[in-house]
Amino acid sequence: MLQTTANRQLDILQRLDNLVQRYGKHSSTLIPMLQEIQNAYRYLPEDLLTHVATALDLSPATVYGVATFYAQFSLEPKGKYVIQVCDGTACHVRGSMPVYEAICKKVRLVDGKATTEDGMFTVETVSCVGACAAAPVVTINGEVYGKVTPDAIHVILDTLESRGDTADA
Amino acid sequence: MGIMTINGQRTTFSDENNVLEVIRNAGIDLPTFCYHSELSVYGACRMCMVEVEGWGTVAACHTPPEDGLVIRTNSAELRHVRKVSLELLLANHERECTTCSRSGSCKLQDLAQRFGIEHIRFGQRDRKSPIDASSPSLVRDPNKCILCGDCVRMCEEVQGIGVLDFAHRGSQITVSPAFGKDLGDVECVNCGQCAAICPTGALTVKSQTERAWRAIHDPDTTVVVQIAPAVRVSIGEEFNLASGQSVTGQIAAALRIMGVDYVFDTSFTADLTVLEETHELLGRLQNQEPLPHFTSCCPAWVKFVEQYYPEFLDNLSTCRSPQQMFGSLAKHRYSQDLGISADNMYVISVMPCTAKKFEAQRDEFQQSSRADVDLVLTTQELARMIREEGLAFEHLEPTSMDMPFGFATGAGVIFGVTGGVSEAVLRHAHEEITGRQPQPKAFEAVRGNDGTRRVDLKIGEQTLRLAVVNGLAQATELLERIKSGEESIDVLEVMACPGGCIGGAGQPIANNRQQTQERRSNGLYREDKTLQLHQSKQNPMVRDVYQRWLGEPGSAKSHALLHTHYGSRRRIQGESMDIASSKKPAAVEVQVCVGTSCYLKGSLKLLRTLTDQVEAADLTENVKLRGAFCCQQCASGPMVIVGDDVVSGVTPGHVPDLLQRIREQLELPVS
Ligand code: SF4
Ligand code: SF4
Ligand code: FES
Repeated sequence: MLQTTANRQLDILQRLDNLVQRYGKHSSTLIPMLQEIQNAYRYLPEDLLTHVATALDLSPATVYGVATFYAQFSLEPKGKYVIQVCDGTACHVRGSMPVYEAICKKVRLVDGKATTEDGMFTVETVSCVGACAAAPVVTINGEVYGKVTPDAIHVILDTLESRGDTADA
Repeated sequence: MGIMTINGQRTTFSDENNVLEVIRNAGIDLPTFCYHSELSVYGACRMCMVEVEGWGTVAACHTPPEDGLVIRTNSAELRHVRKVSLELLLANHERECTTCSRSGSCKLQDLAQRFGIEHIRFGQRDRKSPIDASSPSLVRDPNKCILCGDCVRMCEEVQGIGVLDFAHRGSQITVSPAFGKDLGDVECVNCGQCAAICPTGALTVKSQTERAWRAIHDPDTTVVVQIAPAVRVSIGEEFNLASGQSVTGQIAAALRIMGVDYVFDTSFTADLTVLEETHELLGRLQNQEPLPHFTSCCPAWVKFVEQYYPEFLDNLSTCRSPQQMFGSLAKHRYSQDLGISADNMYVISVMPCTAKKFEAQRDEFQQSSRADVDLVLTTQELARMIREEGLAFEHLEPTSMDMPFGFATGAGVIFGVTGGVSEAVLRHAHEEITGRQPQPKAFEAVRGNDGTRRVDLKIGEQTLRLAVVNGLAQATELLERIKSGEESIDVLEVMACPGGCIGGAGQPIANNRQQTQERRSNGLYREDKTLQLHQSKQNPMVRDVYQRWLGEPGSAKSHALLHTHYGSRRRIQGESMDIASSKKPAAVEVQVCVGTSCYLKGSLKLLRTLTDQVEAADLTENVKLRGAFCCQQCASGPMVIVGDDVVSGVTPGHVPDLLQRIREQLELPVS
């Protein structure tokens, strides 16, 4: 277990280094580096962003600016399950908001926070995932669930929980 | 070259960069927030919109001059556009003008007046961000930010640092240091230029006038004030006097009326700096190291070197800045003359500079938890105190400064302008090397206002290669050329602020920055001319100080009182990175630095080797392995910290030695 985290950290540092070698010390290398980190950790930890700034010779404020500009990047650690509720037009008119509320209630999300205290769930709304025929749509760690109702969500989440940590990314 | 028609007037133009400059040169004050000739063109504020015949409405700052353009700067449509822009800005702006230190010098307030904005049709913003007062020098109030980006470009383009940038987007957008941290926790060098250029009260000089009043009104405290050279040629601007007009006598008079006990001149300790620094420089030239010799009187530049160029730390002159030399002498020697304890003396500096507030708080300049300089006020703050006292400054009868530290030569006075330190040192070095005083104009080649000035000067047999720099971006460029071997010089003078201290961020806010700087610098050179003495060595009070307290330049006594050493410094306060954490409480913490400098020296490979060998040696359970961001010892990296042991210059080959240390600390049998 110990060695796994170490390897994971060293790996990501190595992969970031490879990107710098490949694309050069340019600001255009920034986005690929951020994507690499986001993929590995599902968020951008501050220490790694400082490292990226160092490696690209950019100011940390510039890196932070880019990281906060794009919705694909998150500065907050995300839960083990990232649940995205589509709130595009089609899903919205088919009742995505009641689904969203049902999820928040089920996983006990409070005070407008996006991630549960135990780090299990992150719940967000997104605009149109491109599956309008199946509206309302919910994705959980990338897996798409269509025609979801507030009741159905209970079933889905219960199965997830009983599956344990198999969905670990 | 060409001719345009502006509001029906034929106007010739020559090399102006854009239509905005042509219009302003024609005497029309076209409003702007985001245009500054020394920064890149941003084009965001839309205040400079004009109508060009055949083109429609364009931003003048973005439009290159062209022969035959027919331009209108004022029409019903343009007034409407400006008013709406202003209204939108005002709706988002915390309009607490009466309690804002920029009231009166705020561009937003000024333009709202000029365009007769009487009510705002849009709702106030509902979000209130906390005020950031973490910096020793500045206060950041995001609620007053109009997102013009002037500060962002100033810090990036002129200082080459980039402390501030836009973050988030849409309605959430802010201008902020990295990770939304406070200014005091990041790499800011406290130059304050961002505040000097901010059109509103979003970035302001931290005001500490109340502390000054408290000390002045305390009957048991002897208040000693020192006035920096650049203050005398600028404070008059706050009282409708011409910039560049020297008002030393009025400042002294005002301070006495306010109740200050002694008024002295920082130019006096500047003279002292000249003697100490020349002595140091000549020694370095003789030993050929470490060269180039860097001046160290600008605290923003010193912090910059600490953070970004640790390999050059030994190049920094060990001389304390004139401000700190003054504090040291006043507290530790002059107090004895007065027969009082240093604890009952309160030293206030009046400086053109916000970074001096930071310098006075540095650990190097505290003795038994009391600071050598208790408080630093900027020119702006002193002006406010004079107004509080209710004095008609411009009508005050000038008085002279007190002795012994009130006497200065012209050499000490020109410290306030870029090139001044060099010129003063050169004058003295000439005398030391040749035994003769130089011609009055011998070293005028170092004057000017280009960002970097490279001159070779012959003194006796010796040729001195000199560079004079203002603006830290320029310094970065030069340092990189020195590192790569493209440039080699003997002496480097750096001042962070444009024009040197006269352009400091504590100075009165200037509308036309370039012109104001020129006038202030002319003022200081004029003062040099009119003073009797131009060689620091001739200052009789300086001689006296050596006779009584210091012996001679470079003596052990002057080292104790007037010199110091600087060390490397981390840029951003933050956490280290977890690589592998054993949960065992007894585990040894091992930190490998992956900060810029160590990273470039291969600390990543080192980290990997170390992890592998820790595992091979079956020590994983006993080690907390972390990647640190800068251990502040960059010059001797890569750095590794094992428990409390700091090991420098570590290569993968040294890993067995590190394991040894880990075992020792764990009190395991050493293999
Ligand atoms: S802080 Fe001042 S200079 Fe910076 S963007 Fe805001 S208003 Fe402009
Ligand atoms: S004070 Fe100087 S270094 Fe600090 S943010 Fe402002 S411009 Fe940048
Ligand atoms: S000055 Fe032209 S847009 Fe701001």
